[in-house]
Amino acid sequence: MTDATPDLPLWTSLMVSFFLLVGAGLTLTGSIGFLRFKTFYERLHAPTLGTSWGTGGIVMASMIYFTVTQQRPVFHEILVGIFVTVTTPVTLMLLARAALHRDRSEGHPEVPGSSSLTETPETFIDQKKS
Amino acid sequence: MSIVLPYPLLTVALTVMWMSLNSFSFGHLVLGLAIAWVASAAMAALRPEKPRIRRPLALIRLLASVIFRDIVLSNIAVARIILGVPRHARRPGFMTIPLEMTSQTGLALLAVLLTGTPGTSWLEYNSNEGTLLIHVLDLDDEEALRDLIKNRYERTLMEVFE
Amino acid sequence: MSLVILSWSVTIAQIMLALAMACACVRMFRGPRAQDRVMGLDTLYINSMLLLLTHGIRTGTAIYFEAALIIGLLGFVSSVALAKFLMRGEVIE
Repeated sequence: MTDATPDLPLWTSLMVSFFLLVGAGLTLTGSIGFLRFKTFYERLHAPTLGTSWGTGGIVMASMIYFTVTQQRPVFHEILVGIFVTVTTPVTLMLLARAALHRDRSEGHPEVPGSSSLTETPETFIDQKKS
Repeated sequence: MSIVLPYPLLTVALTVMWMSLNSFSFGHLVLGLAIAWVASAAMAALRPEKPRIRRPLALIRLLASVIFRDIVLSNIAVARIILGVPRHARRPGFMTIPLEMTSQTGLALLAVLLTGTPGTSWLEYNSNEGTLLIHVLDLDDEEALRDLIKNRYERTLMEVFE
Repeated sequence: MSLVILSWSVTIAQIMLALAMACACVRMFRGPRAQDRVMGLDTLYINSMLLLLTHGIRTGTAIYFEAALIIGLLGFVSSVALAKFLMRGEVIE
């Protein structure tokens, strides 16, 4: 950024800055929510802010910047975007199913039971086991 | 066709990925095609359910509208919930939705769409009863969400894959 | 002028991403359950991947992109393996 690009057009730097700040801001918001929400199932929603348009914004900024500075279309960053979009739901779904399974086997009262299992309302054993 | 090139879309996608990671030259086109052909032959050995895309335009339109409208709107909504004081008491909760779709590819795509959108996450699909359990961050407008999933996502995916 | 704007916004974005990583780390240490820790790790690696992409813009070299891609690949595999372990008690059935 210092010596490789002596003259960068103003619109490029404005667009790159905009997408960078939007992406980083969304990611930070998602992580703050991840820290603040009270239950696991609410926390499941927070990181998707960072993986949807948080990643999208930063990938767009990187694509615009390298396309202008290298003077050829650079779009391999989109692979990171596609990869994150496809893989995050897999991780989150598996984690959600693991959490449901663990909560059900402990008889957690707030979790809807699977249809075959009859629920036994037991005491709240959330905080003890880690 | 089916023996020589079992998954044409996968082969094309892998070749484009290879060339965008390296460079767009003739040599990388040949090398990428060779690698993509071997990879799709290996994929054929796993014998997954082969999806048939009936209406590619409808699929592209659905994906574009989800990425550029629904996900943007729900990003804003969830960011407001996290940062600001919500205008009303937020009510998180579970929701059960009956699904008629049975195609595995369609269900997988629906899972990606729902989980990729902040505010809704896919928890469990019961294939015996065809019901889906999701968790919603704000259950304020339950009917609108049910309508969105049933009438827009599921209907379009069923038209495309079944 | 345009370089000043760009360097300031890259710096601010890097600070924001570092704070996001700190949030994920705090959640990873606080738990309370194992699934919260795994999801904290997942968020942490995605944030670090974005930080590397931003660092690529700062230095103007494309090499950080490949590092980011590798972090993404390995992080996904490790999160899935940990989630499978939480569900069944073993990684490969």
